[in-house]
Amino acid sequence: MRQFVERHRVWAFIIFLAVAAFLWLIFAVWPDWLVDSLGRKKTFVNTLLNGITLAGLYFLVASGFTLVFGLMRNVNLAHGSMYLLGAYIGYEVATASGNWFLGLAVAFLAIGASGVLLQVLIFRRMEGDDLRQTLVTIGISIIAADLMLAVWTGNTYQFEPPEWLFGAVTLPIISVIKASGDPVYIKYPMFRLTVLVVAVAVGIGLWLFLNRTKLGMMIRAGVNDRQMLAASGVNVQLLFAIVFAIGAGLAGFAGVIGGTALSIAPGEDVRYLLASLIVVIVGGLGSVTGAAIGALLIGLAEQFGLAYFPTYGVVLTFLIMVFVLAVRPQGVMGGR
Amino acid sequence: MDARRLLSGNFSFADLHPGVLLVIVFLLAYPGFASDFFVFQIGAYTLILGTIALSLMMLGGYGGMVSLAQLTVAGLAGYLVAIVGTNSVGVMGLGWPWWITVPFAILAAAVFSALIGAISVRTEGIYTIMITLAIAVAFFYFVRQNYVVFNGFTGFAGIEPPTLFGVYWRDPVPFYYLSLTVAGGFYAAVLYASRSTFGLSLQAIRDNPRRMRALGYDVTLHRVFAYFLAGLIAGTAGVLMVWFNGRISPGSVGVDIVIDILVIAVVGGMRHPIGPFLGALVFVLLQNFAIDLIDRERFNTVIGLAFLLVVLFSPDGLLGLWQRVRPKLRFARTARYEAGRAEERDRQGAGPLEQT
Repeated sequence: MRQFVERHRVWAFIIFLAVAAFLWLIFAVWPDWLVDSLGRKKTFVNTLLNGITLAGLYFLVASGFTLVFGLMRNVNLAHGSMYLLGAYIGYEVATASGNWFLGLAVAFLAIGASGVLLQVLIFRRMEGDDLRQTLVTIGISIIAADLMLAVWTGNTYQFEPPEWLFGAVTLPIISVIKASGDPVYIKYPMFRLTVLVVAVAVGIGLWLFLNRTKLGMMIRAGVNDRQMLAASGVNVQLLFAIVFAIGAGLAGFAGVIGGTALSIAPGEDVRYLLASLIVVIVGGLGSVTGAAIGALLIGLAEQFGLAYFPTYGVVLTFLIMVFVLAVRPQGVMGGR
Repeated sequence: MDARRLLSGNFSFADLHPGVLLVIVFLLAYPGFASDFFVFQIGAYTLILGTIALSLMMLGGYGGMVSLAQLTVAGLAGYLVAIVGTNSVGVMGLGWPWWITVPFAILAAAVFSALIGAISVRTEGIYTIMITLAIAVAFFYFVRQNYVVFNGFTGFAGIEPPTLFGVYWRDPVPFYYLSLTVAGGFYAAVLYASRSTFGLSLQAIRDNPRRMRALGYDVTLHRVFAYFLAGLIAGTAGVLMVWFNGRISPGSVGVDIVIDILVIAVVGGMRHPIGPFLGALVFVLLQNFAIDLIDRERFNTVIGLAFLLVVLFSPDGLLGLWQRVRPKLRFARTARYEAGRAEERDRQGAGPLEQT
């Protein structure tokens, strides 16, 4: 960081100013002229927090997607179905047992196992044929969506997380000062903050796993050169199965988290598939860091779009994707 | 059938395979013995879906670019017909005459397709699927949210083809012949284009873009132009589609239908332009008659399973299956034919050699 400051004085100064202005926007009480031009501060801070927490959710979904792609060059378009199936399974288990955490764990394990099955039964048969693998995942997602609709119908489901995860917390951020002089603090749902914490924890966990363990080292080696890794005696098929289990499991995990933060309904599979697609296209396929950056960009863009230009929120995320593709086709963190 | 001979003039009806002749006669005579339901709901609908899938086949089969946004392109053309033409909803409907509306819609769709191409050709292979899928979904959300131009969730209704030469073109038989003309025309055009210089360079680019670039071909331009041509096909089919349905809404450009088009093209086979029509026929028949076999609600499972089986066991679709079975059925005859051709080639080859 010191090197960066020494090398790029001007840029460092601009970044410093931007960060300072940003922090001021969050913590200061807004003067009238700012309220006139941007609207109430509460809207801004809530949108910002919504954006960041949504980014956390997107990261959970997209990290599995990008992990699988990075190693196996397999674009798993059934990833959205895995998200939704995980949410449903988690819901069933959580309602039956009354334990939300059990639902979360079972969703992770069950979807992870389904990922292993897919890898062993189907993808191994057509290794190296990217297009066919992708077409197969499309077929699977069609069937899965239809069967899930048959089993769980078109109803919307809502999780009941433990009491202490529910409710609102008061943040140390003042939104306005009343005429009486009392400050009004901003409140925010506890669970959404939990989503963010979980996403950050999963992100750090993945980073440690990939960079500090032997298995992670093998995976990184496989991303760079699969054949060489196989030649040096590593059981690549086992590695593939493990990575697919983690990637798919993360989708199921995200299903329960996302289903609790928002709700579960048919059609969510396509929504999260689209989100993962755009996140990894923007962030760069195969890079977990890229997924984090992409998720942050897309989550913020979507929420700010919804709050400030309600009609065209979706188009804003799309424009970001087009812009990134035009400037840097391999994505922000993608290498060729 | 050899398209080169067909179009270069050295062609006589004797060269036509009797099967091809039979199909042509059947297609032309079809409304004569089929009921209105079969002519309109099955016949015309198959031809329209087949034409949209044909545009995907052309991009995917000859260009190696599997674009999922072809239905979106068709949908845009359909929307434009409703927007600049007339509709009964009371939103937009500029009331332009049909001879401006239709070319405008088709051209705009083709330009849109070329734009999609320009965005997605920067990346290759799998990325194309992802980007075009993202574009298709974004378009779906956009028309659903936009009430000013696209009338949001409700979409448009009451879109009628013009009444020309005293014929109401939405009647089953005229509409069938209209679709047949369009489908047949594009089928022949794609077949012809695949043998043209452009088509051959496109296929060469599919096989080895780096070599073609090194040879001095503008790879990007070829690809974007292929998208433009595919957009013309999809756009025309989109206009027919909106006339067929009489209305268009976000549901008409939804993800499930986008995937349906891919299913049709893949199930039929992407190696030859007849594939998409074959796939469309199977699809439409399943759609209409699968109710008799299973619950109507579970149609997607049936079509998904069919798709999965084809992808798993016959990557070239039904066409590939046919090509694998055919040699076994007619081995002797094919062998005789090949031997005859080889002999003829030898004779022709020997001529000039003796002269030199």
